[in-house]
Amino acid sequence: MNQNNLLELRNISKSYPGVLALDSVNLEVCPGEVHCLIGENGAGKSTLIKILSGAIQKDSGSILINGQSTQINSPLDSQRLGIGIIYQDFKLIPELSIADNIFLGNEILNEHSFTLNKNKMKLLAEAALHQLGEQYDVDTPIYKLSVAAKQLVEISKAINKQVKILAMDEPTASLTESEIKNLFKIIKKLKNDGVGIIYISHRIEEIFEIGDRVTVLRDGKKIITEEMKNVNRDILIKWMVGRELAQQFPKNVEIRKTEILRLENVRTEKLRNINLSLYEGEVLGLAGLVGSGRTELARIIFGADRIMSGNIYLNNKKINLKSPKDAIDNGIALLTEDRNLYGLFTELSVRENISISNLNSLINGVFINKPKEISDSKAFVESLKIRTPSIETSVENLSGGNRQKVVLARWLYTKSKIVIFDEPTAGIDIGVKYDIYNLIKQLVKDGIGVIVISSELPELIGISNRIAVLCEGEITGILEEHEISQEKILHLATINLN
Amino acid sequence: MIKNFKDKNLIRLFTDFGIAVVLILEIIIFSQVSPYFLTADNLLNISLQASVTAIIAAGMTFVILTAGIDLSVGSIVAFAGVVTTSLIKLELPVFYSLAVGISAGLLFGAFSGYLAGTFVTRLKITPFIVTLALMTIWRGAAFVYTEGRPVWELPESFSFLGTGRILGIPFPTIIMIFVFVASHIVLTKTRFGRYVYAVGGNYEAARLAGIKTNFILISVYVISGVLASLSGVLLASRINSGQPNAGLGYELDVIAAVVVGGTSLFGGRGTIIGTFFGSMLIAVLRNGLNLLNVGSYVQQVIIGVVILLAVLIDQLRKK
Repeated sequence: MNQNNLLELRNISKSYPGVLALDSVNLEVCPGEVHCLIGENGAGKSTLIKILSGAIQKDSGSILINGQSTQINSPLDSQRLGIGIIYQDFKLIPELSIADNIFLGNEILNEHSFTLNKNKMKLLAEAALHQLGEQYDVDTPIYKLSVAAKQLVEISKAINKQVKILAMDEPTASLTESEIKNLFKIIKKLKNDGVGIIYISHRIEEIFEIGDRVTVLRDGKKIITEEMKNVNRDILIKWMVGRELAQQFPKNVEIRKTEILRLENVRTEKLRNINLSLYEGEVLGLAGLVGSGRTELARIIFGADRIMSGNIYLNNKKINLKSPKDAIDNGIALLTEDRNLYGLFTELSVRENISISNLNSLINGVFINKPKEISDSKAFVESLKIRTPSIETSVENLSGGNRQKVVLARWLYTKSKIVIFDEPTAGIDIGVKYDIYNLIKQLVKDGIGVIVISSELPELIGISNRIAVLCEGEITGILEEHEISQEKILHLATINLN
Repeated sequence: MIKNFKDKNLIRLFTDFGIAVVLILEIIIFSQVSPYFLTADNLLNISLQASVTAIIAAGMTFVILTAGIDLSVGSIVAFAGVVTTSLIKLELPVFYSLAVGISAGLLFGAFSGYLAGTFVTRLKITPFIVTLALMTIWRGAAFVYTEGRPVWELPESFSFLGTGRILGIPFPTIIMIFVFVASHIVLTKTRFGRYVYAVGGNYEAARLAGIKTNFILISVYVISGVLASLSGVLLASRINSGQPNAGLGYELDVIAAVVVGGTSLFGGRGTIIGTFFGSMLIAVLRNGLNLLNVGSYVQQVIIGVVILLAVLIDQLRKK
């Protein structure tokens, strides 16, 4: 086995001031293997990948490639050794074309010249994409591509550099079901070509589909490496979290049938003929493929976008939402999908992020009532179990799950009556996910109407009382609790296509 | 216990404002080489010289905190100066002429800021371009309005603003301290201040948090415009004339002071205290070099180098 290893990491340690990020970690990758790497945020996965990429250097331990001891001191070293990394946030230049990006830093010049051989690069780029079974106009600029297409360009870029080892960080995070299937097909192709793949994911279900072996990290230590066929979901979670999680999806059963929100014949550029009601104390799920109009629907309820025609009623009273401020004043809250881009002020403290939408109630004359702000923020940190050193810590130092809780605290503080979650657990640890499900349960218990958008069907089915399915900007069906199934949702989500 | 508390505050001052270290170094060096430097007379003189750009820098801090920039301040100084002085020359009773002249100057600053803010928010033109255009427009307007000639022969009473003293402290210094204290309170203790940081830190998140982002943006340009015109009035009073070429290049001195003071050009990060130290750093340097008889050309080179060093030290400290 040993001489067969493409990559071998021995006793890798890395510490940052105050934290031991990696503690004597071992990892082996064979050619043609998909080696899954799982663990909660802060377990050390990204530190390990950064060491492989040459972005940071290990403190101790050794790296062997094909049995040969080697050093990775820079990103260039890493590339020369045949290591490719596909980051979650792609490292592509939006304005440049597909071909330009694939050859970035690796350009082909005309013979005896310093000018770029654009034709050759275009042909090779097309060939690289073709190898993945894809066809694109390689002159297209990156910013016009979907997330899945950008990922394909990243993979082509790696293939073009003849990688032997490919590390993928959460590659399916923003892909739809069919795009994921396509990605898995490509991964299998790479496997057949003898590439060793390190696959990082939060989605336990998919690693059973794609993985050969799995290594679990927790708090910087390797817990175990095991063949996928010898493990199951529950044991993996136990290894990751270090404890057993009880029932995964808590659900509320009593629903008060008081309608709080109603949309009648709402139309926008992307949405057609939307008729939808939300009741007090229920979780209404919104399902659909990426681009089906789920997020657009959430944004018009929140006043972030305007409707072209139709009516919105709140407690049977017609309302006109011109801006998010109008929605907030009416007790509507939105937790956006991209918390960092649209939800948080990362430089500001936990306290300032919690109080920002509720300063009106904290004003004493002209000054902010700081003692009250501090005590209220502390109360939210405690009740939502936000893990932060203090309420004065910048939000940028918090993990994804705790950031999500900070945004939630903000909307609880404004006493919202309707809370919309767009992908509430994207990129969040499994332990904290469970916290979020429990918080949603608490919200509906208090009579709040909750709307949840999620691409993870098991999650959506698990927490929703009803599910509305969108396809191409239309609601193609609303499933009551007893009718909900994965098949029905997928059927409705694709009914309008073709 | 109390001593411990004080130490902590002192340490925080140094870590929060690495720039203060550079300022203190400067003061130590100049006090060693020039016996006159540390006299009360000279220190008050420094504060007087610093006041005009420092007051503008306070306003600029608001703008830069929202990730904007205001290049029009230097020209506002000039136009506010010529408007105020020309109105004061009208044959009105003294009190009225001063009141009308000064109010008109300040109103003009507010108007220019409102214009800039409106272009930035409603027409989505980048602040750099909007204020660059206003800079050219007001400079040109100041020359057109005065036909290129300074406004002379102003009443004695007007000169108090720029040259008067209360309890020995120059009046512009008092105004400057007032502006900084007020700006500090607004930025740290009020809802408006919090919103300025929020809009600069993450514009879209601020909008989605229910903040009237357009109002905040327009307001910061109005604040910057009013403080620039206030400086214009003080300067006109000090030189006892309305000069159409007054305040030439001030925008760069002011931006340098704000950035040296640790405010991020990308918005969301910075303090008014930092801007105060930044302004003083440059003023002390200029004063010290003057005392040492360093020529004005060489001074420019040295000031540029010190700006780079100050920002560099700030960067190293953050790592």
